[in-house]
Formats: sequence, C-alpha cells, structure tokens
Amino acid sequence: MNVFLTSIFVIVSVITLVGALGVVMARTVFASGLWLILSFAGVAGLYVLLEAPFLAAAQILIYVGAVAVLILFAVMLTRRVMGDPGVSQNNSQWGAAAVVAALMFIVLSLTSVQNWRPSTESPPLLAVNALGEAFLGPYLLPFEIVSVVLLVALVGAIILARE
Amino acid sequence: MADFLSQFMPAWLALIIQHVVVGAVLVVFALTNMLGITWIERKVIGRLQDRIGANRAGPFGLLQPLADMVKILTKEDITPTAASRVIYNLGPLLVVPPALLVFAVLPFGAGVSGSDLNIGLLYIFAVASTSTLGILIAGWGSNNKYSLLGAMRAVAQMVSYEVPQALSIIGIVMLSGSLSLQQIVQRQSEIGWFVLLQPLAFVIFLIAAMAEVNRTPFDLPEAESEIIAGHHTEYSGLKFGMFYLAEYINVFFISALAATLFLGGYQIPFVPANNPVHTILGPFVLIGKTFAFVFLTIWLRGTLPRVRVDHLMGFAWKALVPLCLLNIFMTAVLMPLVGLWSANLGISEAYIAIPVMLLANAVLAGLVLWWAGRSTRRRETRLAEQVVPAQ
Repeated sequence: MNVFLTSIFVIVSVITLVGALGVVMARTVFASGLWLILSFAGVAGLYVLLEAPFLAAAQILIYVGAVAVLILFAVMLTRRVMGDPGVSQNNSQWGAAAVVAALMFIVLSLTSVQNWRPSTESPPLLAVNALGEAFLGPYLLPFEIVSVVLLVALVGAIILARE
Repeated sequence: MADFLSQFMPAWLALIIQHVVVGAVLVVFALTNMLGITWIERKVIGRLQDRIGANRAGPFGLLQPLADMVKILTKEDITPTAASRVIYNLGPLLVVPPALLVFAVLPFGAGVSGSDLNIGLLYIFAVASTSTLGILIAGWGSNNKYSLLGAMRAVAQMVSYEVPQALSIIGIVMLSGSLSLQQIVQRQSEIGWFVLLQPLAFVIFLIAAMAEVNRTPFDLPEAESEIIAGHHTEYSGLKFGMFYLAEYINVFFISALAATLFLGGYQIPFVPANNPVHTILGPFVLIGKTFAFVFLTIWLRGTLPRVRVDHLMGFAWKALVPLCLLNIFMTAVLMPLVGLWSANLGISEAYIAIPVMLLANAVLAGLVLWWAGRSTRRRETRLAEQVVPAQ
C-alpha cells in the first residue's frame, strides 16, 4: 500500500511542479493562467493524500473555481493581449531571481534536514465540524475582523469601479 | 467487491479495479440518462407547442437520440484558422469531466453511493465550480469576439448563481448537521422531507440551479439570439456535442440533487427508512423523483420567456442572496426552539418542525413579496413623474 501511495504522491507532485513551471514559461498570460490551474489542482491532490478532504475541496472551490476564473477574466478584459504573443512574460530580472532562488533553497534544505517527528494521532474525521466550532468559539474575534476586512475590500472595489 | 477480489490479487489492484468499475457504472448511467432526456425533451416540448415531436426514427421516435448522435459524429470538424489549437480543443474537454465527477457522491440507497464523502456537498460545489473554466477557455480559444463576450457572460452568470445555490442549502446542512449526502437523506426520514421544512430554500435552489445549468429562462449563454450562441459558436461536430452532453448531464444531476436534498432521495414516502424495500426500490424511486424535476425544467423551457442579461444579475444579487440570508437566520433561530418544544411536550420533532417552518416560510415569503411589490410600484411612479408631458 505504501508503494501505491508513494507513486500517487510522485504523480501529483509532478503535476504540481509541471504546472508551476508552465506558469513562468508560457508564452501568453492566458496560457500561464491555465498552467496555474493545473498547479492548483495538484496541490488539491496533495491535500487529499494528507487526508484533509475539506482543504482539498476548499482549494478546488476557491482557487480553481474562483481565483483562476478571476485571473482569466482579468486577462480577457485586458486590451491588446488577445493574439499578441510577442510580448515577453518575464522582465528578465535574473539577479533578483537568483537571490530569491538561493534563499528559497536554503529555507527548503533547512526544513528537509530537520528531524520532524511525525504525529501518531490519526487525522480528525470530521474536520469541518471542528473548524466551524473553532471559528465561532475561540477564534470568533479574528474571524469577524477578517470578515469586516473583506467587506471593506468589497465596498472599496465597488466604489473604485464606479468612478 | 474489493474484499472478494483481494483473494486473487494484491489489495491495491483490487482497490483500483473496484474504483474503475464503480466509476464506469456511474458514467454509463449518466450517459444513458442523458440520451433519454434528449428524447423526453423533444417529445415534451413538441406536446407543449402542440406538435407531435420526434416520431420518425423507431417507435415513438425512440431511436432519435441515436440518430442525433450519428449526425453529430459525422459532421465536419472545423478549427478556426486564427484560433490557438491547443486551447481551442481544451475547452470542450474540460466541460464534461466536472459534469460526470459529481455523480460519485449521489446516494442511490442506504450505503449505496460511489463514495460517501463526509464533505459530499462541498465536493459537489467544488467540482461543479470548475465547469466554468471549460466555457471560459472555449470562448477564449475560439478567437472570436462574440465567443469571448458570450463566455464572459456565461461565467458571470454561473459565478453569480453559485452564491444563492450554495446559500440556499446551508439551511439543510444546519438541519442535518452534516455535509454527507447519505446523512442528509437519513435525516429526512427522521424530521420530514426538507421541501416541507425549507420551501423557500427549495424554490431558490431550483431557480439558481436552472441558471447554473443554463436552462430557460436563464439560457442566455447558449441561446442563438444572444450574441450568436456565445462560447460554442465556433465548435462543430463532436466538440459541440461535448457542450451538449455536459448540459444534459448537468440537468440530470441537478434534478437528482434537488430530489436528494429536498424530496428525501431514494426514500419512499410513509415507509420507514430501515425497511429493506429501499434496498431494491431505492434507485428507481430516486430516478423517478429525478425525472419529475427533469420534466419541470422542460416545462419551464416551454413556458417562460428568457430574462434580460441585466435583470439576470440583479435578480441573483439583489433578490435571491438576501432572501437566502434571511432563510438561514430564520432556520438558525427556529430550529433550537423546535428541539426545545418537542423535548418539553414529548412529541416527535417532525410534527412540530414541519408546521412551524411552513408557517415561518409563508410569513417570510409574504413579507418579501409585499416589499418587492411596493418597491416596484414606487419605482414606476417615480419613473412616471420624470416623464415631462409634451406641451
């Protein structure tokens, strides 16, 4: 069974990474958006493997169903993008990219050499109920603040769109 | 089945075979019903318009779906020269899988479903939300202004109506305390069918579902007279067939979902849930209820005119969403009270919950209709005052 799970993990990871590579290598912004969707879907697969189906469904619902659609929508509304693949998608900041990549490499290698203790507890079966109770119990105030912030952003977007 | 097979082969192979078989059964089930629905639609629309409908291929035109299929398969496959080939072909490929994937969690009987996820409803909404991608990609890939505009309209409509559709079933989730479709059906045997407890939510769900699957009166995304059929203008042959297929599978699924959430799913009325008759008749009962809803969608298609695009968006956001929120609030206030009363009086929860919720829903519906009528009259008088009479 372990070989089975590992092979699925490898497939899902490859999908995620290929999607991520596609985002930066694609010729048009629209194609980048499509690759991003593939990457999002791969991450949802990783959540399923981690026995977090609620997170996986939320990932699909929010990132694939909403964020990606929003990105593609925004691309469509941008002028002169349609049928104009001549513009390069990156700004050739190789130096900055190298620094970020090096820092990322250090962080990732530090986390992977760390000797993490895997938890022996089985994941909660009904994560949704626990999540809901946490939102309306101990984390009520942060939850409400985030809601208000989102509401302000919504109102702001409408005001900006009207001007 | 996996247990039986694992006597002959490794467990993982047995598991894979089991999933493939269950998946294949569900896909064939959906596709067969889609063929049936196209025939029923032609016949019912024919009758509603005082015609006979398809009657040439086979008895009662029963072979008409097959003839349609052959016609679609033999049509010339056209790709616009200016279209991006990969993206153009990706569109129709991405519309069908979400339509089929949602069948995995549909309960056909107690314990009989492809996979009883405990996040079932969330899974359905997550998978269904990806169907907008196919339309968006199709509209972009066609490299045609009308297709692009049509796709954007279609996606705006589907994203907008997803909100009332999801909000309308929150009342059900509150009543059943679970997102699992199996448990939602189980709960309906205890407390009564949710159409009696949540009639307003039922109506909102039906309206939003019609808009989600682009049926009349919300068929703007694909109507010929609305920016020349929008996102599938450039598609022919089997690629157009994919959009057609996805639409009818969606109609079937949304009907099955309505039957499951509001009409007790596979349960026969007045028969206790643990009665073994459900094991045998359950799937047929569910299909019967589903086709009642399919008939309703066809009936609406034959009756109602199409709504205008600005009315469409305004209706979702200004009417349906506030009403959903009121319904959630009402359910949250009333259901604990019902639990309290039934405990105090010693009567079964269903006998108190149904009259209380029906009354509350009727009051809410009356208030909303009164308010809507008043505000419409006010707007009309205001508009009438603005008109300056000719001197």
